[in-house]
Amino acid sequence: MAHFEKANSLEEWLDQRLAIKTLRRVLAEEYWIPKNINFLWAMGMVLAVTFGILLVSGIFLLMYYQPNVKLAFDSVNYTIMKEVEFGWLWRHMHAVAASVVFLIIYIHMFTGIYYGSYKKGRELIWISGMLLFVTFSAEAFSGYMLPWGQMSYWAGMVITNLFSLGSLELNGLVEWIRGDYVPGQAFLDRFFMLHVLLLPLVIMALIGLHFGTLRIPHVNNQDGEEIDFDAEAKKYLEGKKKESKVIRFANDFMSKDMFVVSIFLIFYFYLVFWHFDFAMDPINFDPADGLKTPPHIYPEWYFLWSYEILRPFPKDPGLVAFGFAQVIFFALPFLDKSPNVAPASRRGTFKYWFWLLLVDMIVLTVMGKLPPQGIYSTIGLVAAVVFIGLWVALPFITKNEKAV
Amino acid sequence: MADNSRRDFMGKVFGGWAALGGLGALYAAKKTWDPLPSVKAAGFTRVDLSAAEPNVLNVEKWRGKPIFILKKTPEMVAKQSKEETARDVIVGKDHFLVCIGLCTHLGCIPAYRPDKHDFKCACHGGEFDASGINTLPPPPSPMVIPPFKLEGTTIVLGEEGPEYKKMKEAGVIA
Repeated sequence: MAHFEKANSLEEWLDQRLAIKTLRRVLAEEYWIPKNINFLWAMGMVLAVTFGILLVSGIFLLMYYQPNVKLAFDSVNYTIMKEVEFGWLWRHMHAVAASVVFLIIYIHMFTGIYYGSYKKGRELIWISGMLLFVTFSAEAFSGYMLPWGQMSYWAGMVITNLFSLGSLELNGLVEWIRGDYVPGQAFLDRFFMLHVLLLPLVIMALIGLHFGTLRIPHVNNQDGEEIDFDAEAKKYLEGKKKESKVIRFANDFMSKDMFVVSIFLIFYFYLVFWHFDFAMDPINFDPADGLKTPPHIYPEWYFLWSYEILRPFPKDPGLVAFGFAQVIFFALPFLDKSPNVAPASRRGTFKYWFWLLLVDMIVLTVMGKLPPQGIYSTIGLVAAVVFIGLWVALPFITKNEKAV
Repeated sequence: MADNSRRDFMGKVFGGWAALGGLGALYAAKKTWDPLPSVKAAGFTRVDLSAAEPNVLNVEKWRGKPIFILKKTPEMVAKQSKEETARDVIVGKDHFLVCIGLCTHLGCIPAYRPDKHDFKCACHGGEFDASGINTLPPPPSPMVIPPFKLEGTTIVLGEEGPEYKKMKEAGVIA
């Protein structure tokens, strides 16, 4: 048995048994953050807080929700919304957070792309982040099934049909995923399980991995400068805080993080109390009806860009383009051939590539919401082709980039 | 060294059995997600065709899917191509369209336009003629004809009758 001295405080008692001082030092006090960063570096914390909100509001919804095709719709729209005190609050918080979390994820992603925060040792940060994006997408989709309204049902029908992989006609696979010929009880039950247990577990594990991948390369900075964190940390600990290029994560940087989180929460609760309707599609307030397709089926805003890449092409090429759009972001660290870690504004042609990609994805998002007719179809097709073209062009653009 | 080889052997045996157990668990997990026998067995629908009105779409339900049944007017039958006629279910002198009413693009339900004698899918703009053949993309293939059997003027969905088998042999049903 290891030797223990009598502890003089609770902290010391815990430290002897759990090494909490070491833990605190490694995870907070001596986890170093560069000084030359801006508010965009707080998006990770904003996301962590939003995930927390989703988890807590989800727990309250779970206490009254009924995963049954006959009861689900009313358990949400009657029991939770009208009977349960403050049920509306949990639902609106959950729905708005689920929508806003994607806005922040996109900002977080494009910040990473803009500053080149996926290169030179930071590849795994990017990849684990993309895994989180995909898992969050699955989480959002499975959650969207649960109220069992018209949009739930038909989104479920359309998305599971994608797994027949076009002309391969893997209808057996689709029926296996649904547990039925069409979305029904088995389908609702398994997506309920995925939404409240399996996917949240995977998300939590991936968040751990995402933090882990950050630990050794540290966060990037506004100039893409390579910082010797050991040397800068030494300066800081010697008291030369002004000279050092880094600060402690906690509580120093975290206080700035929490300031940005506070601004975000004002915006978030403004939406929850006064504009929750943007996250509540009116069509989903009709109960699911397998014999009546709504006139327009469209996903929530955050999936529109990839939906619009599927839509303008014939079936098989559309699926290939859609598949391409889903996985291509993973390859970013390897398609960007330039060794430069620098903001896009200093990287020549890449600057235009970045802004084109951003604008193109916004165009795709807008077109995805509009009915597929006339000029909208054409703009959608062009934007989809531009999206694919941009990714194909990326290695060539970055290959001959001048060193910064 | 002798100790190590024994340990390696035990490790391999353990790993082998664990892999076997894992495979078994995967198999069980796969089967657990299969459609239940009760879901599969609920799959026969009988419809009496004698009451159908011409050029009025009837939507029936079979295995949770909508089934389009459309009695064609004599003018529609007279105008249609051989390819279209080959897909007709014929009862007495009447020609019927019988198909699963799901767009072959992504499974939305197209709407019937009686004035144009065609189907329009609202999701992605696909069109089908009155025989369920795709005329405007994105749908890549005609609407599917479900297995059926004729018993007088009654059609039984879910069972393969001689007329269905004939269509299959003729290559009408892919």
